[in-house]
Amino acid sequence: MSAPAERAADVIIIGGGLMGASAAFFLRRRGRSVIVLERGLVGQQASGVNFGNVRRQGRHLEQLPLANRAREIWGRLAELLGEDCEFYPGGHMRVCYTPQQAEKVEAYARDARAYGLDLEIISANGIRDRFPYIGREVVLGSLGPLDGHANPRLVAPAFGRAAVRGGALIEENCEVLAIDKAGEDFQVETRASGRFKAPVVLVAAGAWAGAMAARFGEPVPMYAKGPQMGVTEPAPYRIHPSLGVSTPHEHETVYLRQVSRGNIVFGGGRRTDPNLETFRAKVDPVNTLNQMTELRRLMPGIGNLRLIRVWSGVEGYLPDDLPVMGASAKVAGLYYAFGFCGAGFQIGPGVGDVMAELIDTGATVTPIEPFHIRRFAAAKGGG
Amino acid sequence: MTARFVRIAEENRQAVEIEIDGVRCAALEGDTVLVAVLTRAASLRQSEFGDGPRAGFCLMGACQDCWMWTSTGERLRACTTVVAAGMSVLTKPPPEALWPIPA
Amino acid sequence: MADPRLVPSQAPRVVIVGAGPAGIRAAETFVQAGLRPVVVDEGQVSGGQIYRRQPAMFRRSYATLYGLEADRAKAVHASFDRLAGQIDYHPDTLAWNVRDGVLHIAEGGLAKTLPFDALVLATGATDRLLPIKGWTLPGCYSLGAAQIALKAQACAIGRRVVFLGTGPLLYLVSYQYAKAGVDVAAVLDTSSANGQMLALGYMASRPAVLAKGLYYRALLMARRVAVHGGVTPLQIEGGEGVAAVRFRVGGGEQSIACDAVGMGFHLRSETQLADLAHCDFVFDADLGQWRPQADQDGRASVAGIYLAGDGARILGADAAEISGRLAALAALKDLGRPVAEAELADLRRRQQTMGTFRRGLAKAFPWPADLAKSVADDVLICRCEAITAGELRQAATGKGAPELNRAKALTRVGMGRCQGRFCGSAAAEILADTRDETLAAVGRLRGQAPVKPLSMALMREGGS
Repeated sequence: MSAPAERAADVIIIGGGLMGASAAFFLRRRGRSVIVLERGLVGQQASGVNFGNVRRQGRHLEQLPLANRAREIWGRLAELLGEDCEFYPGGHMRVCYTPQQAEKVEAYARDARAYGLDLEIISANGIRDRFPYIGREVVLGSLGPLDGHANPRLVAPAFGRAAVRGGALIEENCEVLAIDKAGEDFQVETRASGRFKAPVVLVAAGAWAGAMAARFGEPVPMYAKGPQMGVTEPAPYRIHPSLGVSTPHEHETVYLRQVSRGNIVFGGGRRTDPNLETFRAKVDPVNTLNQMTELRRLMPGIGNLRLIRVWSGVEGYLPDDLPVMGASAKVAGLYYAFGFCGAGFQIGPGVGDVMAELIDTGATVTPIEPFHIRRFAAAKGGG
Repeated sequence: MTARFVRIAEENRQAVEIEIDGVRCAALEGDTVLVAVLTRAASLRQSEFGDGPRAGFCLMGACQDCWMWTSTGERLRACTTVVAAGMSVLTKPPPEALWPIPA
Repeated sequence: MADPRLVPSQAPRVVIVGAGPAGIRAAETFVQAGLRPVVVDEGQVSGGQIYRRQPAMFRRSYATLYGLEADRAKAVHASFDRLAGQIDYHPDTLAWNVRDGVLHIAEGGLAKTLPFDALVLATGATDRLLPIKGWTLPGCYSLGAAQIALKAQACAIGRRVVFLGTGPLLYLVSYQYAKAGVDVAAVLDTSSANGQMLALGYMASRPAVLAKGLYYRALLMARRVAVHGGVTPLQIEGGEGVAAVRFRVGGGEQSIACDAVGMGFHLRSETQLADLAHCDFVFDADLGQWRPQADQDGRASVAGIYLAGDGARILGADAAEISGRLAALAALKDLGRPVAEAELADLRRRQQTMGTFRRGLAKAFPWPADLAKSVADDVLICRCEAITAGELRQAATGKGAPELNRAKALTRVGMGRCQGRFCGSAAAEILADTRDETLAAVGRLRGQAPVKPLSMALMREGGS
């Protein structure tokens, strides 16, 4: 028996989620050789199970330049990947139930304008005229007309296939056991696929990335959560924007979108604690029932439909609700893109593009400094 | 409309008046909606995905191929729902006024 | 040590899902042991599918409804009726999820919870299907559907019916239709007589049942119904509804005019709750199907969960009664109640005979895997989502789907309202064939709640 030969590339990406797959795609366009090591199948965890919101509004303002860059890629998805992944820019609207929250939503719309995100504030009467199916408790809406939604099950695999067509190597069912830096190169040991080496490693391993960063001396206070998703039977396609409730109360934070085939996909509310050993997150039936109650507030007519399926997945969170992105503060050639706090889908293609730019040129025109891993070292040092 | 199902016994039951696509007709007490419709019509619904009419398949609430709309915008599974007087079902997708329901 | 009799203790909470032959015998066993089981059943009346009862205002006799099984049906129904007042019975109720020792049910628009110490899943089976071009046309039904129309609604699915498929149900339903005076245009069996001769050894384990099968066939012959073996169905033809069945037999092609088709290829277990409870599954190579793992008494891999009847393993109604009692006795034993070992041994022995017979049936009437594999690209395999075999094949290779759940994610096969109940078997065959893998290697569709479509208008019991 001969051990598999050691394989080498310019960049090894740990994790074939949306971030890793799109980074591989954009690195290939920059002429860098890439190997992606994916423990399961591409896009199987957070990238594949999320709601599918292509939404800029509501993000931290410092994330908007990245979100804008991503939005530009979403618009070119069909051209870049050969398929549109069901991306539909039918708008994204946040609604709220109280005047206090309405003030916050309006303030966000004012602030976001400086970042190139134009939001239309719609009064309760305007909502009744234009979106008569929205619940009467709603006092205000904020519509991002250029946002929308896409099918998360398709996007990361499509980036992966496009990256492979462009010359990337993607190893699926390939669990990484150890990453060591010896001299100039990183050596990556896998369970069944042999050894890989590269001068650059990008850790894009989602909820499992925290442990890898810790091994390089950069621990982060990461935790995993399982979003609670569901989908109804199909009904005639008449709801165009993606809808979400803006509220300080977790149980009220539901969101929904109708896909062109007619099903209504929804999510929100309390998340569950996933099992990182089995890689599975469960849906708590009680959450499903709570979602039904809140969804009927947002859109009473949904009560006439049937729920046909629920699912969850494993998402990585950080306490400040911001991701970790950028170069390691400690190890040359090491990069991070993980912990997107349940909000990585829209920015995903932008993250891949930015990380490719950063790795290729040493800098990026899109500001990502607020997401640097050193913010946790500083917090720790400060006691 | 051509009937699809044929009654072969138990026809001596009370009549129950229902509406199919706005047309009043008499079903029999104890009929499922599926039987009430298919003893008068050739199908129950249109597939959502453009592949034509459907008329149910398993009759035991498993295949879910017989979900109909009512004339008030509700859904019912025809093979497991027993007819009641005044029921009104559609064999076609609901018009804009019925879905999405105005709040 | 405190005297255990003085410690206030709660009676064990026992829940049964399904009120067919297995669920009824399980309930009876718990009642005999002094417990008050909760019985949850989707049906509006008890009896399950094979012994399905007609609505209360119907008047046909047991002999008319159940034929040779009339006494058996009557006994099962009577047993359940005698339990009235000694069980908590929830008819017309969907068990839609199970998690952490709690069964979640939907009853009359309310979501309720049933915490349990022992849960017996007697969830039954549905027809096992494979796609044939035209099988979504109005007028095409499962064999089970054809039987339900007759038994529970006193209707025929059409004026002139072709029955198509394989297995004992094919002949039973054909016989029932012919006996009821319906024009049976033909019985088309994909199995050939050769296999049936080879399997006789196994089937001789239950001579009475074997005799019944021969009786049904003899009656069909006597009524001059065309019965063809070794058939390859080609297409169910028609425009807005079924008009004919085209098939190949003995090297020639034939078409038989009809306005309805009843089709089915044995049965498949309803295993969603076992799956949601995280029970382990095993691949049954004889049947080419996955089933929840259980020991000889029905204990699943998860403590407190017991499997009985066709929902655990397709062995038929007689075996379901035995396994229902066995599962309940196993639960009682695990709950520390006295159980007669001699009876357990006897039940196990009888259950084994059933297994031998069923293996014979599987050999005599084999699942036509080749038919599923060779389904043309333009045929809809997923009835719910209208996905074709070609789309699945394209995903299998072009999009790199190595197993069923990935194929589902990329194509929506098995993603619709029925959750793969009616396309899962064929999808597995097509995926395995396209990727040149074994059936076991492409896995099985993971169960996802709700077990059946659930009203979004559901309210939590006692909730605001």
